Amino acid sequence: MNVLDITGLTIAFGKTVAVDNVSLSVAPGERLALLGHNGAGKTTLFKAILGFLKPASGQIAVAGHRPGSDAARIAVNYLPETVAFARNLTGREVLEYFSGLRGAPRAEIAGLLERVGLTGAADRAVGTYSKGMRQRLGLAQALIGAPRLLLLDEPTSGLDPVSRHEFYGIIAEAASRGSAVLLSSHGLEEIQNRTDRVAILAQGELRAEGTLAELAARAALRSTIRVTALPGEAERLHAELGGTRVNGTRLDIPCPPGAKLDLLARVGSHAGALADFDLQTPGLDDIYRHFSGQPLREETPQ
Amino acid sequence: MIARIRTVFVQEFRLARRNQWVLLATLMLTLFALALAFFGAGQGAALKADVLSLTAASLATLSVYLIPLIALLMSYDAFSGEVERGALALTLATPIRRWELFAAKFLAQCCAAGIAIVGSLAIAGAAVALVYGTEPAGLWAWARLTATSALLGAVFVAAGLTLSAATGRTARAAAFAIGIWLVMVVLYDLALLGGIMAAGEGVFASRVFPWLVLANPADAFRLYNLAALDAAPVAGIDGLARTLPFAPAAALGALALWLAALLALGMNRTGRIEP
Repeated sequence: MNVLDITGLTIAFGKTVAVDNVSLSVAPGERLALLGHNGAGKTTLFKAILGFLKPASGQIAVAGHRPGSDAARIAVNYLPETVAFARNLTGREVLEYFSGLRGAPRAEIAGLLERVGLTGAADRAVGTYSKGMRQRLGLAQALIGAPRLLLLDEPTSGLDPVSRHEFYGIIAEAASRGSAVLLSSHGLEEIQNRTDRVAILAQGELRAEGTLAELAARAALRSTIRVTALPGEAERLHAELGGTRVNGTRLDIPCPPGAKLDLLARVGSHAGALADFDLQTPGLDDIYRHFSGQPLREETPQ
Repeated sequence: MIARIRTVFVQEFRLARRNQWVLLATLMLTLFALALAFFGAGQGAALKADVLSLTAASLATLSVYLIPLIALLMSYDAFSGEVERGALALTLATPIRRWELFAAKFLAQCCAAGIAIVGSLAIAGAAVALVYGTEPAGLWAWARLTATSALLGAVFVAAGLTLSAATGRTARAAAFAIGIWLVMVVLYDLALLGGIMAAGEGVFASRVFPWLVLANPADAFRLYNLAALDAAPVAGIDGLARTLPFAPAAALGALALWLAALLALGMNRTGRIEP
């Protein structure tokens, strides 16, 4: 049985539809990454799963229970994108607080601190923690009571690569113990090899869902061959090979997946006119852009 | 339910202590109480009146300003701060009920304010009794003052928590806290005073005015304490305490009503917070 089942979920604020007919499910031990821009509806979806927002239509079942019911609240633990615990409390006191509210045994706390590497800092005030330590404390909080579903809202934003790596290690461990994980992110590279499936959300709609390999195959994106012509040869190359002129000497030629070798041979026949050659294969960002209809980050001028 | 309320209570009280609210409030109230007691003591000796009763009377007038201020400052950020920091969403994602959260925060801050009030009045009272001696009447006046001060503190803690839950933003909650203090404690009195000056002796002064005094928790607190003192020299609005159309205990009823109303409103507002 799935830990999370969402069917035809629509959430509206007045006339603005924040989440539009979304269906998703996550099985025990599975990690699903939810990708989307700010404003794509990720946080709204999380709040609905927590029972903070009422859906306009559709259903959510958390371990078979209605969101916001006691059983559902016990089953889900949550880490919001930005959380600042009271600076005057120690890490251990923060965990004691949430353990108390969840009715989890206090004896668990030492183990949780150990898992996130905060044992040494457990009795220091949270105000003295680094950003990475605070985020790990947040994660420890989310692991209290061995939740069946972990909701992590952009858990690694603002973390350095080393902290990020450790963070995903802890998440993988939780998943291996049987927790289902739903995490949001706006970086595809980041979640590559770290989640089992990916769902792309744009403007409240679920645009694609599957493993990264499935999405890449479904997108069937074209590569681009970029050639730089010798002086005076650009005009002729453009006429022969097609594509678009980038500047006086450069030419971008789109290349459908099956036609790569063919095109390469044609370019090769003009080797005498070329100064340089480059093959750009579609990256994760291009896959994301294909499905969401938007670039993942601001285009950098070339 | 009890375990969850206790968990929030422990955390909230710990925060009040670490923020040094308890210590600061105790120090401030003790200093004011001692100053009033020992500066006013000369007058008491001249009047051959009990110093403790006299100090209770002047302290009742001062507490009306200080205690609401302390209570509002302690409580105004209790919800709004957590909403802004994102911590409230985590709390509300656990099985806690909204009313349990409000009740636990209220109890913890009442304890913090109560410890400051009872502690400082006990210190000052003991000092006065040791230096000038006292009589049972003085001790009673002091006990009444202490108990009603704690009640007044509870009313304004409830008010602060309610506005914190209702505004959801720290800056707005702070503005409202100052506004409530100004209106309830300062401007309300001025308006009443203006009203009675304009109306003179008549129906307003004898029939409407006492009820208006009763309607404000701060004035009700002062009215009760002054009405209960026979020896205290009272004037102005406080002179009213001699000619009430109701028993002084009605003022306690007014405070209790305010407390109940604010608790109900606060729990209602907490239920509407969208974290």
